[in-house]
Amino acid sequence: MSELSITLLRFGFLILLWALVLSAIGVLRADLYGTRVTARGRGRDKRKPEPRANKVAAPSRSATGIRTGSISTGADAVGHLAVVTGALKGTTIPLGTAPILIGRSPTCTLVIDDDYCSAKHCRIFPEEGGWRIEDLGSTNGTFLDNQRVGDPMPFKRGDQVRLGATTLELRS
Amino acid sequence: MATVAVVTARAGRRAELALMGLTWVIVVLARALVDYNAAYLELVDLAIYGAVWAAMMVTAHFVLDKVAPHADPVLLPAVFALNGVGIAEIRRIDYAEGTSFGGQQMIWAVVGVTAMIVALLLLRDHRKLRRYTYTAGFVGLALYLLPLVPGLGITVNGARIWISVLGHSVQPGEFAKIALVIFFAGYLVTNRDTLALAGPKFLGMRFPRPRDMGPLLLVWAAAMLIMVYERDLGASLLFFGIFLGMLYIATQRLSWVLTGMGLFFIGGAFAALTIPHVRARFDAWLHALDPEVYSSGTSEQLVRGLFGMASGGLFGTGLGEGRPDLVPYAESDFIIASLGEELGLTGLMAILTLYLIIVQRAFRTSIGVRDGFGKLLAGGLGVAIALQVFIVVGGVTRVIPLTGLTAPFLAYGGSSLLANWLVIALLLRVSDLARRPSGEED
Repeated sequence: MSELSITLLRFGFLILLWALVLSAIGVLRADLYGTRVTARGRGRDKRKPEPRANKVAAPSRSATGIRTGSISTGADAVGHLAVVTGALKGTTIPLGTAPILIGRSPTCTLVIDDDYCSAKHCRIFPEEGGWRIEDLGSTNGTFLDNQRVGDPMPFKRGDQVRLGATTLELRS
Repeated sequence: MATVAVVTARAGRRAELALMGLTWVIVVLARALVDYNAAYLELVDLAIYGAVWAAMMVTAHFVLDKVAPHADPVLLPAVFALNGVGIAEIRRIDYAEGTSFGGQQMIWAVVGVTAMIVALLLLRDHRKLRRYTYTAGFVGLALYLLPLVPGLGITVNGARIWISVLGHSVQPGEFAKIALVIFFAGYLVTNRDTLALAGPKFLGMRFPRPRDMGPLLLVWAAAMLIMVYERDLGASLLFFGIFLGMLYIATQRLSWVLTGMGLFFIGGAFAALTIPHVRARFDAWLHALDPEVYSSGTSEQLVRGLFGMASGGLFGTGLGEGRPDLVPYAESDFIIASLGEELGLTGLMAILTLYLIIVQRAFRTSIGVRDGFGKLLAGGLGVAIALQVFIVVGGVTRVIPLTGLTAPFLAYGGSSLLANWLVIALLLRVSDLARRPSGEED
C-alpha cells in the first residue's frame, strides 16, 4: 500500500471512531423515554388531590392508576383493592396484572405512612386466576381475617387484610 | 393543571445491531492497521479474528433480544468498541516487545462476553440480588483483604493487590467492586432514611448527626487499611468514592460527600507523609519533571507517557507507527498514554466519550428504574466506571497521583476485563427493567 492510502486509513480510523460515538449519541437522542409533564391537562381531573394522596409514589400511581377519594368506575378493571380504614381511607387501586407492593417505602405501589407498617410490608400478586397475599417479613405482621399471613395465602374478594392501622379489602 | 404522560422507550435492538456493525468495522480495521504496520498482515488470520468478533457480537445481540429485549441499545456497541481497540493496541505493543498479551486478552474477551451472557441468563431480575446484601458485603470485603493472606497474596511493584490461583495472578479487587456496589445498594436503600436525617448546620449546609457517622467511618477505615497495607491508593480511592457517590444518590446530601472527601484527604495526606511507597507516588506526581525525581526512576514512566502523548499530537502517529513501548507497562497501566500517542487527542477524546456514554446510560437507567435498590445499583455501577476512568486517566495525565488501576475494557488484565463485563451484564439487566413499558411483566 502507498503512503497516501495508509494516511487515509489512519484518518479514516479516527473518523470511524467518531462516527460510532456520534451515531450512538444519535440513537440516544431518538430514545427519549420516561415521563413527560405537559402544562395543560385535558380537564379530566379538575379536583386537587388530597394532600395525603401525594404520599403515594408518583411513578407507581401513573403505572397502576391509583385514584383517590372515589370508587373506580373503569369497566375494564377486574377488581380493585380498597383502603377501608386508616389514613388512606377511600383510596382504591385497580388491579391489573402487576403485583402490588405495600409498605412505608416510597418505592411501594401503595405507600402507607404508619409507624406500625414496615418499609416493605406485604405484597399482593396474581396467581392461577386469583390473587395471593404474602408478608415480606414485616415487624408487626399482616392479618388476613385475624390470621397472621406468612407464606402466600389466597386473597379472595371480600377478604379484609389488616396491617398497622390500615385495613384493605379486595372488591370486584 | 399539569399532566404526566408516560413515554415508553423503544427496544432499540435494531439500532444496536447497526451500531454493532460499525463497531465491528472499527475493531477489525484497528487490527488490520496494526498488523500492516508491523509488516505481518495475513488475511486468513484477520478473517478468523473478524469472525470471532462477529460471533461474539451476534450472539450477544440475540441473547439480549431473548432475555433482556428492552435493554439499553448503546451499552454493548460502546463496550465492544473499547474492548476491540484495546486489544488492537495491546497487540501492537506485543509486536514491539515480543510478548503475547494480545492473544490472551482476546481469550479473556471471549470469556468476558460469555460470562455476561451467562449472568444475563441466570439473573432474570436484579431485585433478587437484594437478598444477598450482607453476603455481598462480606464477599466484597473478603476479596479486598484476600491479597493480605500470607502465601496467597503476591506483591507486584510494591502493591499487594494480586493473589495467585493455579499459577495465574488474579486481582480480586476488581470483583470486590461489584460485590460492594450490591452491598451498598442493599444497605443504603434500607437505611437511607436515618442517614438523611439533618444534624447541625454549618457553612450553610446541614451536616449529618455525629451518631449517624458510623457507616462512613467504617468504610473510611476499610479504605485506609487498603491504602496502608496493600499500598494501593487507586483501589482505596475507588472503594471509598463508590461509597460516597452512592451515599449521595441515596440521601441527596452534599454534606456527606464533603465530610467524606475531607476524611479521605486527611487520610491520604497522612499516608503521603508517613508511608514511603505513597510518598514516592506523590513526589512523582508533584515533581515529575524535576531532574532528580526523574533520574531516581520514580516518575520515569509517567514522564515517558506524557512525552508519548505529546508526540501523538492532535491526530496521533497512527496505529502501529508510534513508540508507545518506550513506556513501562504500556499495555496495562499506560494503555491510555499508548492510545493517546497513536490515535492522538482526537482518538483519545472519542474513547473518553465512549466511557461517558456508558456512564450516562448507567445514570439514565438509574433514573428510569422504579425500585430503589435498582436505582442505587445502576447509579453505583455508573459511579464505579466513571471514577475508575477518572483515576486512571487522571493518573496518566498527571491530574492526580498515579495509581495502579486499569482502564476498564482497554487495559490488559483478565480479572479487570471479566469483572467489567459482569458490570455491563448487571447494567443491561437493570436497564431492561427500567425501559420495559409499565404493566408488561414476564
